[in-house]
Amino acid sequence: MSQRIYEAHPLENRVVIAGYGEPKSWTLDVFEKKLGGYKAARGAVKAEPDSLITTVKDAGLRGLGGAGFPAGVKWSFIPKNPTKPVYLVCNADEGEPGTFKDRQIMEHLPHRLIEGMICAASAIGSKTAYIYVRYELRLARERLEQAIEEAYKAGYLGENIFGSSRSLDITVHPGAGAYICGEETGLIESLEGDRGQPRLKPPFPAISGLFGGPTIVNNVETLAHVPGILNNGPEWFVKLGNGTPRGAGTKLLCVSGDVKRPGFYEIPLGLPLNSLLNDICGGPLEGRKFKACYPGGSSSPLLRADEFDTPMDFDSLAAKKTMMGSGAVIVIDDSRSIPEMAMRTARFYAHESCGQCVPCREGTKWVSKMLKRLTMGQGSFSDIDKIKSACNNMAGKTICVLSDACAMPVVSMLEKFRPEFEAIAKPDDEVQPALPKISGQMAALMSLVRERQTQK
Amino acid sequence: MSYKFSPALEKKFEWLKSRYPVQDAVLIPLLHFVQNEVGYLSLDAMEHVAEKMNISPARVKEVASFYSLFRFEAGGKYVLQVCHNLTCYLKGSDQLLEWMEKNMELDDSGNSKDGVFRVERVECLASCGTAPVIQANNWDYFEELNLEKLQKIVEALRAGKWACASYEDRIQEGSVA
Repeated sequence: MSQRIYEAHPLENRVVIAGYGEPKSWTLDVFEKKLGGYKAARGAVKAEPDSLITTVKDAGLRGLGGAGFPAGVKWSFIPKNPTKPVYLVCNADEGEPGTFKDRQIMEHLPHRLIEGMICAASAIGSKTAYIYVRYELRLARERLEQAIEEAYKAGYLGENIFGSSRSLDITVHPGAGAYICGEETGLIESLEGDRGQPRLKPPFPAISGLFGGPTIVNNVETLAHVPGILNNGPEWFVKLGNGTPRGAGTKLLCVSGDVKRPGFYEIPLGLPLNSLLNDICGGPLEGRKFKACYPGGSSSPLLRADEFDTPMDFDSLAAKKTMMGSGAVIVIDDSRSIPEMAMRTARFYAHESCGQCVPCREGTKWVSKMLKRLTMGQGSFSDIDKIKSACNNMAGKTICVLSDACAMPVVSMLEKFRPEFEAIAKPDDEVQPALPKISGQMAALMSLVRERQTQK
Repeated sequence: MSYKFSPALEKKFEWLKSRYPVQDAVLIPLLHFVQNEVGYLSLDAMEHVAEKMNISPARVKEVASFYSLFRFEAGGKYVLQVCHNLTCYLKGSDQLLEWMEKNMELDDSGNSKDGVFRVERVECLASCGTAPVIQANNWDYFEELNLEKLQKIVEALRAGKWACASYEDRIQEGSVA
């Protein structure tokens, strides 16, 4: 489980991963004494909840798991006098292809997440919190569990934390390999011990979520930013980014694929994509040129290389009809085939569709099959339009956005790289209708039938 | 019914129940513990879980079957999960898989003939910065792989020379989470 630890690049600004690479940064001792940890939590447990929410709202902290919804606003949706217990859930089901940022926080700075959760729980009045972690992230789970144990022993979790009247219990809850559990209501279903199929909204989780109580679901990175904001004030956080309240703070980006130095980098929001890929990541591999990239995980529509001057912040990316998402930049160079990437993207969503809504369950599979056919040289020109029409019937027609997450990048590839699809497609009359490959039980059954027939 | 929770798991079960206001919520963490003890979710293991949790066995299977990490048949000693998603594909996971199919004598469901390995194609393992990646037994990550490295790993595992523990080893060490 090694990630290369580079020295921070001058263009980077390490805030949420400050202290990364410090020996034993995951222990309470180092976190508290060397990295100044738990200062914000000490104040937060005694502060007025409303003032905490206002501070986070003013800072413009946005949900960094993908949606970008303002965290303080989300917190303020919790009813003032709830009749049921309020829950805080940390979404650590990092599953978006290309993303490996939350892992770094959990493995190296688990106490920063715990501190963030203490602050958030104080703001929303929650006494019970869960961290829903992908089971695959073994080291992250272990380090979190150790950190939670240390925090209980130190009196930072449990009853009367930091000598205040507040109490908070945190439990690490493992997932079991389902991408859809990263969707907040799917996660809640899974946490309740059910199949992780998303719920219809409304009611939103802030009104009725986990075990029927008001619930806030926040991403790891979002929660880990909270202590810094409480310590340094909202203006500090706004200045970290591009200077506007809608582009405040820093963002952990995970760069992977065809670049010289893949890895995760914490950049101020608004840094141009070019600068990230060429200056920080060392540019394309020898003898190759950038072709395109997914700027925010596999769900985000692609940007062509000539669009790499886009600043990496929520609004600038939205203006280019793509999104910040989870901040996973997957870079594709000129040696790669876009239809192949499209097929792998669609296949992922076909595999991960929970099967509740027909447009998604069927659509993701059709699209992935048609793309497979194209990449195998058995697709026709009309398939290209069929894929597009299927995608148009998937987006915005389902309970959650998994269906959109499949349709959006595929449509962007069809629009921006159509000649590549056309180059591998054949005229309609040259394509043989594909015969299904028969194997397994069906083949056994058919041979049995044939045997019987010959016996007669 | 032959399977019963080990005394250690009984304790874990009690602890789990104390962490949630509703007992149903312990099901998924509990199934992980059971799978780590048995190696997979056998029918009698699921029946035992159902009895312990006072729910129907069908309910246990209903939930478990949703999640790709639960296995319902005994597999190899080492389950190698090979990521074939975007970044790993860019970095050569197809060549790894091709090599494995050619050289490891795998049947249709990915089990090797000698029963040592089970190879599964999986989606993103959240280690794209060090692609291509294989995870063994939901435990060790093998990163930045190439054919040479993979060959060495497979040989080492086959010879029992790798620290990557099988389920049984991990239980004996007490390192099963």
